[in-house]
Amino acid sequence: MRKIKAKKIEQAVEKLYAKANYNLPKDVEQALKRSVKKETSRIAKNVLNVLIENSDIAKNELIPICQDTGLAIVFAEIGQDVCVVGGDLKEAVNNGVKNAVKKAFLRASVVGDPFDRVNTKDNTPAIIHMDIVPGSKIKISVMAKGAGSENMSALKMLKPSDGMPGVIDFVLETVKNAGPNPCPPIVVGIGVGGNFEKCAYLAKRSLLRRLGTKNPKKNIARLEKTLLDRINKLKIGPSGFGGKTTCLAVNIQTLPCHIASLPVAVNIECHAHRHAEAVI
Amino acid sequence: MKRLALPLKKTDMAGLRAGQEIFLSGKLYTARDAAHKKGIPVNVKGQTVYYVGPTPAKKGSVIGSAGPTTSSRMDKYAPGLIKKGLAAMIGKGKRSKEVRDALLENKAVYFATYGGAGAYLSKRIVSSRTVAYPELGTEAVREIEVKDFPVVVAIDPKGGMIDSMR
Repeated sequence: MRKIKAKKIEQAVEKLYAKANYNLPKDVEQALKRSVKKETSRIAKNVLNVLIENSDIAKNELIPICQDTGLAIVFAEIGQDVCVVGGDLKEAVNNGVKNAVKKAFLRASVVGDPFDRVNTKDNTPAIIHMDIVPGSKIKISVMAKGAGSENMSALKMLKPSDGMPGVIDFVLETVKNAGPNPCPPIVVGIGVGGNFEKCAYLAKRSLLRRLGTKNPKKNIARLEKTLLDRINKLKIGPSGFGGKTTCLAVNIQTLPCHIASLPVAVNIECHAHRHAEAVI
Repeated sequence: MKRLALPLKKTDMAGLRAGQEIFLSGKLYTARDAAHKKGIPVNVKGQTVYYVGPTPAKKGSVIGSAGPTTSSRMDKYAPGLIKKGLAAMIGKGKRSKEVRDALLENKAVYFATYGGAGAYLSKRIVSSRTVAYPELGTEAVREIEVKDFPVVVAIDPKGGMIDSMR
């Protein structure tokens, strides 16, 4: 049994949550740069160049990429041969979030109750997803997820007879309804299969896949490409000012499901696709 | 790029057309969900409100990251403010029919700016002071001064709008 101190997890979460808010991942930056070359409209090119400059300013002058520094979504893949010592694991994660908010000047964006709506002032509690995996390490991924894009996400329990065309229609309808609200160009994470809660989790999880990579299943990879092309034909464009770049990537993950179900979840993510990972 | 001074003059506003890119300079107010719910305690006549909840300012900085938030959450309150004479709003995303009607009726304007460019836009803010609800933190009402703040006319005073507003 490998022992890992809770303090180490706290420090890792603090570092990753702060890092995500100041450093746009390379794959996102590259996707934005590729899009500038493809755009023909002057205003769309201008917005994309502003977004690239924005990420440079964030990194070099230490100003968060976006003022919505997000809800901290923490994925912890815990090796089954690991024993966490010296504290409570969830408390360690929340302490990490709390420290990052204070030390990295992040915005307090969480309320303690959905109706009372009093700000917790430190972005706790984080959303924590834990998974037990083989091995003796812990992999932590922290996503800073803004509400502008999260609010435009949707889930639907389709009929099995709806099939892929039904999934395509639902995704396009969701993105069209979102329009300019989720800060396009967006990244679309889709979960198909599982059940009600599992497909929502899959949709979020699939956002962590590197942009530009494909689902290993050929038919799903084709569906990703079809959706990317059709979303970009909606011409919502960067910031919703029109153009060819509405979406940077579509990532889909699938799971087995009940004979009577075809659950689909669409998690929309803004161009400020902020996440960071570490292995302890 | 066209440049306009804040507060906006009626004559300047009359000439605005959807899709135009504009640099704004001058003073405006910031407010979002909580301040709208409580009521914006300043005279909004002729003024501009920017929907933003900035990150805390570092020592030596005027303000933190400060990009637009989704405007539709303020749709419930906007028509009342427009009727009181609010000249313009800056945010991102669509507006409701009620807001669009109020804009047309009162010859007011809705600007959109670059969502998710909070670091970039913060560099166009030259001063900031809290004028109400300091206890709301990021949601407090601030008076800020901007210099060459980039916006796009999303809904103009004659009812014209960019495609994604429909």
